[in-house]
Amino acid sequence: MKYLDEYRDGKIASRIVEEIRRIQTRPWVIMEVCGGQTHSIVKNGVDYLLPRGIELVHGPGCPVCVTPLEMIDKAHAIARRPDVIFCSFGDMLRVPGSEGDLFTIKSEGGDVRIVYSPLDCLKIARANPDKKVVFFAVGFETTAPANAMLVSRAKQDGVHNVSILVSHVLVPPSIAAILQSPQNRVQGFLGPGHVCAIMGYREYEPMSARFKVPIVITGFEPLDILQGTLMVVRQLEEGRAEVENEYSRILDREGNRPAQKLVASVFEIADRKWRGVGSIPKSGYKLRWEYRDYDAEKIFSVKEIDTREPEICISGRILRGIKKPHDCPAFGTICTPQHPLGATMVSAEGACAAYYAYGRHLESKREELEAMASLGGAA
Amino acid sequence: MCLAIPGRVTETFAKGGMRMGRVQFGGVTREACLEYVPETQPGDYVLVHVGFAISRVNEEEARRTYQALLELDQLTELDVPEVLEPGASGHGGSA
Repeated sequence: MKYLDEYRDGKIASRIVEEIRRIQTRPWVIMEVCGGQTHSIVKNGVDYLLPRGIELVHGPGCPVCVTPLEMIDKAHAIARRPDVIFCSFGDMLRVPGSEGDLFTIKSEGGDVRIVYSPLDCLKIARANPDKKVVFFAVGFETTAPANAMLVSRAKQDGVHNVSILVSHVLVPPSIAAILQSPQNRVQGFLGPGHVCAIMGYREYEPMSARFKVPIVITGFEPLDILQGTLMVVRQLEEGRAEVENEYSRILDREGNRPAQKLVASVFEIADRKWRGVGSIPKSGYKLRWEYRDYDAEKIFSVKEIDTREPEICISGRILRGIKKPHDCPAFGTICTPQHPLGATMVSAEGACAAYYAYGRHLESKREELEAMASLGGAA
Repeated sequence: MCLAIPGRVTETFAKGGMRMGRVQFGGVTREACLEYVPETQPGDYVLVHVGFAISRVNEEEARRTYQALLELDQLTELDVPEVLEPGASGHGGSA
């Protein structure tokens, strides 16, 4: 928790907050989509700086969180095989499946390796020709170009002992799913900056027009989030619904064309299941037929695994902005980052884990913190 | 996982059919694929996500974003050891 005058750019932050206060005539609910933004908001207490009536709710943009339990279990089944070297980004190792996590499998003798880049898997595959190297390809649009390059290079270079377990999800269909829900409360969105660095923001324009909802592509620093919030509130107050770009110092409308091109040649759009939310049509990627020999789900015919999430967990409603972490009786009691019950507690970028890490399970402190933040603003 | 980290390109080279570079992040240097920002030259600042440069940025923006990521504890992926080429010796990782 920071007070306004502690921000590096405290004066600018104060001015933005004042401007929101000046133009706001009624309450608004705004969702930040990206897990990096959620983490920044909760760590820096950005939501406490905003005028009362501007509510930030936390979206589904944490890839670790929304990877379905069935897929985690599939990953574990493959990682347990003695002929496999299973590679993953570090944040997937701690995510519990139905039985243990990848760390457990590693401690029991499985060859599980944390890699920095998907391209590391090519080196590992070349160094271990007698093993099958599998990469857990989890992520949003930002990560897809890296995974596409791994598969594309493997095919071009004739490296046959590498494959990827694909659990790729896309931001725009998840926003559409939230807006189509009869329970939806969200009136404006802070769009994901680094996702749009790859994809640009063209594809958000028809959605903004169709649902009459402002979408402002926003960075993850506290000032970005305040500025993005101001831009959304201004649109809402003026009755506009457009896509605007707060993060123009990083990205433009077109995004990264070479990356988009390679992604489109390796992956095609597919229905995907989201943990806590369920299946969303056309909401992810699968490998194109030409790359089927690199599809770990086809190579290792892992049977469908029947999983069940704890009934008490409300992570699905949190991911859609209907509930907040402290609306859940399990939050911070039987559900903690050490023993997560559901999607939003499994990664630091999940709303529940972020709230827990920054002491928000002690919500009796909330009033006190809000009061201090507003004092800081006046200083 | 979706946040890219800014760094300074110290050299560029071709490897395995790809345009690659070494990128310096604070005290650590990493290999990065430059195929998606092919115009990148040594001295440029780029945003790197999981070993891939995805966008060029100016120096001030790079410093600012790096500091913000440091404060958010979002630089831990740089702690993962670099995987060496098969047959390579020595440590090509952190400087």
